[in-house]
Parts: sequence; structure tokens; C-alpha cells
Amino acid sequence: MKITIYLRESRNEIKRLIKDPVLLISIVFISGLLFLFIAFPLIKVFQYSLWPRGEFSAKYFVEFFQRSYRWRPLINSLTVGALVALLGTVIGFIYAYGITRTDIPFKRFFRTVAIFPIISPPFLIALAAIFVFGNHGVITDLFNLDWDIYGLDGLVMTETLAYFPLAFMVLEGVLSKVDPAMEEAALDLGASKLRTFFTVTLPLATPGIATALLLVFIRSLEDFGNPIVIQGDFPVLTVEAFLAITGMYNMPLGATLAIFLLVPTMIIFVVQKYWVSRKSYVTVTGRPSGAGLLSTEKHAKYPVMVAMIFLSSCVLLFYGVVLYGSFTRLWGVDNSLTLENYRYVFTVGGQYISDTLTIALIATPIGGILAMIIAYLVARKKFLGKGVMDFVSMLNFAVPGVVVGIAYILAFNTRPLQLTGTALIIILVFIFRRMPVGIRDGIAQLQQIDPGIDEASTDLGAGMFRTFGRITLPLIAPAFLSGMVYMFVRCMTAISAVIFVVSADWQLLTVALLHEVDNADLAQAAAYGYVIIVIVLTAIIGLRLVVGGLLGRRTTLFQPE
Amino acid sequence: MAEAELILQHVSKIFAEGTTREVKAVDDLSLEVKKGLLVTLLGPSGCGKTTTLRMIAGFEYPTRGKIFMGDKLINDIPPQRRDSAMVFQSYALFPHMTVFENVAYGLKVRRFSRQEIKRKVVQALKLVDLEGLEDRPPGQLSGGQQQRVALSRALVTEPKVLLFDEPLSNLDAKLRVSTREELRRLQQKLSITSIYVTHDQAEAMTISDEITVMKDGRVQQIGFPEQIYLHPENKFVADFIGEANFYRGTIIKSQDGRVEVKMLDRLITINQDGDFHPGDEVEVVVRPETVDIVAQGKGDFDGVVKFSHYTGSAATYHLELRGGQKMEVKVLNPQEKGLLRDEEVVGVKLHRNNIHLLTGK
Repeated sequence: MKITIYLRESRNEIKRLIKDPVLLISIVFISGLLFLFIAFPLIKVFQYSLWPRGEFSAKYFVEFFQRSYRWRPLINSLTVGALVALLGTVIGFIYAYGITRTDIPFKRFFRTVAIFPIISPPFLIALAAIFVFGNHGVITDLFNLDWDIYGLDGLVMTETLAYFPLAFMVLEGVLSKVDPAMEEAALDLGASKLRTFFTVTLPLATPGIATALLLVFIRSLEDFGNPIVIQGDFPVLTVEAFLAITGMYNMPLGATLAIFLLVPTMIIFVVQKYWVSRKSYVTVTGRPSGAGLLSTEKHAKYPVMVAMIFLSSCVLLFYGVVLYGSFTRLWGVDNSLTLENYRYVFTVGGQYISDTLTIALIATPIGGILAMIIAYLVARKKFLGKGVMDFVSMLNFAVPGVVVGIAYILAFNTRPLQLTGTALIIILVFIFRRMPVGIRDGIAQLQQIDPGIDEASTDLGAGMFRTFGRITLPLIAPAFLSGMVYMFVRCMTAISAVIFVVSADWQLLTVALLHEVDNADLAQAAAYGYVIIVIVLTAIIGLRLVVGGLLGRRTTLFQPE
Repeated sequence: MAEAELILQHVSKIFAEGTTREVKAVDDLSLEVKKGLLVTLLGPSGCGKTTTLRMIAGFEYPTRGKIFMGDKLINDIPPQRRDSAMVFQSYALFPHMTVFENVAYGLKVRRFSRQEIKRKVVQALKLVDLEGLEDRPPGQLSGGQQQRVALSRALVTEPKVLLFDEPLSNLDAKLRVSTREELRRLQQKLSITSIYVTHDQAEAMTISDEITVMKDGRVQQIGFPEQIYLHPENKFVADFIGEANFYRGTIIKSQDGRVEVKMLDRLITINQDGDFHPGDEVEVVVRPETVDIVAQGKGDFDGVVKFSHYTGSAATYHLELRGGQKMEVKVLNPQEKGLLRDEEVVGVKLHRNNIHLLTGK
């Protein structure tokens, strides 16, 4: 019975779509792109792993469980992930609490510092850790420390610093939407402030805390930049998979490791998307409550403030030391100052800079507009397979970069889709890997806008493209622009996926940076890092000025995932 | 008789059909709208009136049934190719465009020339008294002005059918009354076929040529306003349109349009055509304003005033009759007859011609 209804509805749906060819073509075209550049490469990973030579073989799977040097990295990755998620979320919560629920001074300063790790190449923190705690590190020398930064504790420290801002952003969003009137109601009913915190504030923030935990866990699990610099003899799965492909040229092994990396992140992604996100208590009523901030008790405010000052100092110390290091002749040996490293970056690395900018400037607008079109289709249109489009388009949000990279070289190194070695494959990686954030922001913004406005345009006779171009896009311009800024920043700073698809013809700054670290040219690596940071900051500030002029209002342009 | 501009034949809309969440939003609705008339879909929220309107506009597709505009089947035509224009409840004005650009939008889509657009927009704005506001963004207008921009934006494309989705619900009470009169005047002047969705029965009564009363996705009654009011076909319609007292009654005799009915232990003879037989159980509908207050013992029944509402132009008395039955009585210009005090005992006399009988169906 249900099936016949479903079939009848599908048939009607198709009949209608044929009468609306623009929508039909858009759906077919976008589904095709999503399949080809998201689903198909992932299918290839499974194919290489389980059908290594054209016929089925579970050899690599079995081996993974049999040999400890195969499964140990997974355990290591999970260990680091759990610790980083826990620490990062606690710190992120303290930070978010301080910003949203107390009257500490210098909030803008604290927020800005927390953004640092997000807009710089992710492994810059690892590099900084070496500058601070490594051999000849600032702190090492100062206190004569005998602490080996390479390994589990170093990795946890760097990743915590790198990813706590993510938890902070999530929790800030949640806490700022918890209506202070609810806390006032608890106080009014006679609860103490401490009791109010534990019985009202914290429970309301629980879904946000769960989200933060899971997001940071995923980010740590898929992190490649920090571990490759600092893992020492504590191998994690991302680096192992990378070495299997680029060191041993063992595609089936690389594919198998990719699957073991993919499975936990997918589970977490699904749990977050379909379970935790539905538990949210936070409702946007659009009715501003007159209640302001609770006046903060001193014994809550000062510890929070001290913790925030300490953390910010750590971040500033790390970035400061890298900046200083970028001007030294040979870090730890000859610390005299020089501009030589920057001269080197702009001459030897000049090609990398132009390659990176070219690719970023092509990927950014295409990815930005594509994300908005998908958001529009998903949020505003009804069609068969919409749920699948939604899921697949968001998939790469959870697929680790290393897996995407491996998937792309497996999928696109043979005819007729031979793309390896071209700039196109790098552009495609950026577009399809970073689009989900834009899509999600676009959908979120569309949900704030009366669907009647779109319908009015359609009702007046406008086709889909006119409605999208004249009505929808101008109204979601903030999401469109922030999605593009995000895309651009990631093009400049990403490494885990693209390291597999760069070639002699097309090199990226982040990869060049990594090579310098490999060669122990830390000062030059630092210089690369700061060139990237300056480009990113210029782009963000430049766009903010342009947009501020256009829209006549302040917009938060950078919304990290 | 004018031809039908819009025909709905056995239209149903079932959401999530075949699942446990199945909802029959619209259930086997048939409707004909004649050219130039204004037909309202009236009913409480969730009765399916808005879903019906959205099916006509093309934003929802019927699960079953057919929709014709003129003689063209439009079931599968996407909304942008339908010859209807909607005035949205939220107005749905484009916030990033001026009033002029809003009204011009549909004309631009239709590729009119620049001069033609200008001429038509100016004319459409004049029609709704908005000259001089062309360059304002809609956000700067009052609610009433926004409503009129929405109306002129829909009118300017000269649609075959104009659709109104509770267009006045965001206005305050006074403005609502004057706007609906204005709306009706315009609609009749342009003689444009219109479907009007509302849950406000007074609104429906004042502006409609025909009213379609709906409940739970089903049509309850279709008729002229006075028909609906005077001859409701069931208890829901009688209750929803205006106020009503309901009493159980038994038919004693029915002959030549004169019906003798026993209600509240009294025999009352009223004029009503219909297929009544002695012994039939009926529902007797008595409108509060069709009852006169008389001296104790001089009416059909005696009752005690339990409490009253006084609104200036009218007073509504809640009486308790003998045997505990309640009756609401509405007296216009009540000062003239003297206001009644609580616990006062009075007689009530029913207008014989305005009593209405409903059979148990």
C-alpha cells in the first residue's frame, strides 16, 4: 500500500518537474556534481580497499586487526581525539561563559585571540610548540626543561589550542541564546546563583556542549598538519594513511586506513546531525527579552577571567614566538635578526604564492555560489531525493581531509577522468570539501526569511533563476559572503586533503611550509606561515570593508564551522 | 450566468500519505468560482483553507482531484506559469527593493517596456492611494501601506484570479474594517475573480459574494452570506457564523412549510421548508438577536438574568431558563428598554421566522 502511494507520488513529482525544466536541469546538474565529486571518490576508496585487484579480498581489513602496528594508530587517534575534545570543550566553555555571562572587560580582545588559531594554517600551532618547547625552544632553554614535545602530550596540547576556539564558537552561540529571563526566573524562585548555573544554565547548554565535544573530536581525529609535525613516535591514523600512499605507494592499504578513519567520523557526524542537533532547547523567539546580563559573582568572574588571560597569553606567546622566529637566521643556533627568510619566501616561494592565490580565487566564487544554490534548493524546493542531496552535500563536512585526498587520487588518476596533476583537481577538492559550511549557513539564513517572499516572486511569474538571483541571493548575501571568506581562508590554510593532489606544476603555500618543517628550516617555515596569515587577514579585513560599505552595517564575516 | 473562472473538482491534499503521520488537509473539496466574484474560504485554523489557496496558486500540488483555471487543467503547472496572483498574509514584500520595484517586479518578468512598466506601476499605486511613496523601501511603511503595496503588486499583473491569504490579519481592528471595505470596492470596480481566505466570519460576511465554510478539510456549506447565516446546514456552520443557542427539539407536526416543534417542554410553530416527520429529533437554532425580552409570564419562557455583557451598542444577557437550560439574548440599543440587573426575572419571546431547525445529519 505504502509503496503504491510512493510510486504514484514519485510519478506525479516527475510529471511536474518536466513542466519546470529549469528546476529539473538544476537538480540533475547539481546531483551529478555531488555524485561525481563527493560520492564517487568515496566509493572508489571502498573499491580499492576491498577489491584491490579487481576481485574481492579482505586481506587488508584482516591485516588491520591482526597487526598491532596497523590498529595502534587508530587507538592513538581516538585517544588524542577524546582528550582534545574534553579539554577543548572545557576551555571553550569557560571562554564562552566568560564572554556571554560575565561582565569581564576586553571581550573583543579575548574573542580576537580565540579566532587566531582558526584563520592560520592549522599546523602553525605545532610549529609554535617546537619553537617554545622543542630543542632550543624558548621555554625549554629558559627553564632547562627536559620535556619531549614530540608525542601524545605535545599533540594533545597543540590540538587543544588549535581547536578550543571551535568549541568556544559553538558554546558562545548556544549560551548567548539562553534567555537570561530563565535564569532570573530560577533566582526569583529562590535558587542560589550556583544552583541556577547547575540546574538551568548548564542543562540548557547541554546539547551545545555535546555538539562542541563531537565537533572537536572529529577535527582532532582528522587532523593531519599537527601530527605530521609533532607526533614523534606516537603514530596517528591520518599520518599513517598518508605515508601508505605517498611513501609506500600502497593504494589498497591507504584506502583501508582511510576507511578506518572514515567510520568513526561518520558515526559522530550522523549522531550530531540527526540526534544531538534535534535536542536543542534553544529557541529563537525573535522576542527580545528586556533582561540584561546577570551581575556576576566575583568568585565566578575572577577565576574565569584568570583562565582566559592564561589561555590568551599562551596563544599570543605561541604566535609571537613564531613571528620572532621568522626573522631569525637559524633558529636556536643563530638568533640574530634578518629579513632573509621573507626574501626567500617571495623569491623561491613566489610561484607557490601565485599558484595558491590563483586556485583560491577561482575556487572561492564558484564554491560560494554553488553552496547558495544548494542551500536554496534544499531549503525552498520540494523534490524527490532532496534528503539525499542534503546528506551528500554535507557529507564532506565529516569526511576527514586525508580520506578526501586519497579518494580523489584513487578516483581521478585514470581516464576518462584523469585530473591528477592539474589545478582543477585542487580547485575541486577545495570546492566540494569546504562547501558544507556555506550550505549550512545559507540554509540557516533562509530559515530566518519568510518563504512567502520567494513564493511571491514565483507567484508573480519569475522563474527559478530570476527568483534566486534577484530575491534569494541578495537576501542571503551575508551567508554568501561569509561562506566565500571561509572558503578562501581554507584554500589558503588547508593541507590534509590537498597534499595528495598537489603536483610539480601546482604547489600550495601550506605544502611548501610543511616541506620547510621537514627540512628543519623552521625560520623559513615560520615566514611562510606569516605570509599566509597576512594574506588571510588582508582578505578578511578587505572584504569586511567592502561589504560594510555595501550593506551599511557590520556583519560578522568570518563564521568558522 | 457568468462562466466559471476557477473550478476545483474533488480536490484532496494528504500530507505524509500512508504513514502514521498522515494528515488529510483537504478532503474531497469541489468548488466553482464564477468570473468576477469574490469567494471566501472560511473556517477555523487548520481547516484546510490556506492549503486550498496554495494549491490554486501552485505552491502545493493536490494529491487527488483536478483544478481548472478557465478551461485549462492546471494541476501540474508550476506557480510561475499560473495566471493567478497572491496577496500574502505576511505581505512578503521584497525588503531590498523600493515600493516601485516591488510593484514593477511582475511586469519586468513579463518583459514589458520601461515606459509601460512605469505607467502601469504609477496607475496601480494610484489605485491603492500610495502615490508619492514609490522610492521608499517597504520597511519604512506602516502596516496598512505595506498591505496596499502587496495588493497593488498582485493587481498590476492583471491576473485572472486574485488570491488573498488572510490579508488583513496583521492590521489593527479599526484599520481592518476600513481596509476590507476598500478591498471589496476595488475588487468590484475591477471585477476581478478572487479567492479570499479568512477565519474572521465578520470579514467573510461583509466582503463575499459567496462563502465556503470549511472544517477539518471538508466543505461544510457553500452559499451567499445571508444564506449561510439564515439557513446553516449543520451545527458547525450555525455556531461558527454568528452566535447561536442550540436546543434539542422533537417534531410534532409538519405541513405546508409550517412545523410544530416541541422544545423546552413547549410547543412552538415555525415556518421552515424541509423534510420533517413527526417524531424526528432536531436541533433548534435560536440566534440571540432574534429573541425579545418581555415582561415575566408574557413570553414563550421565563428566565433569570445570570450575568450580562454591555458593549454600549448592545447588551448580551445570559439567562437561565426553567429546568436549568441557558439562553443568550442580545438586545440592540439596550438603554431604550432599560438595562436588566442580574437575578432579574424576565420573559423571552422568540421570533418565529428566525428559528432554524437542523436535522440530526
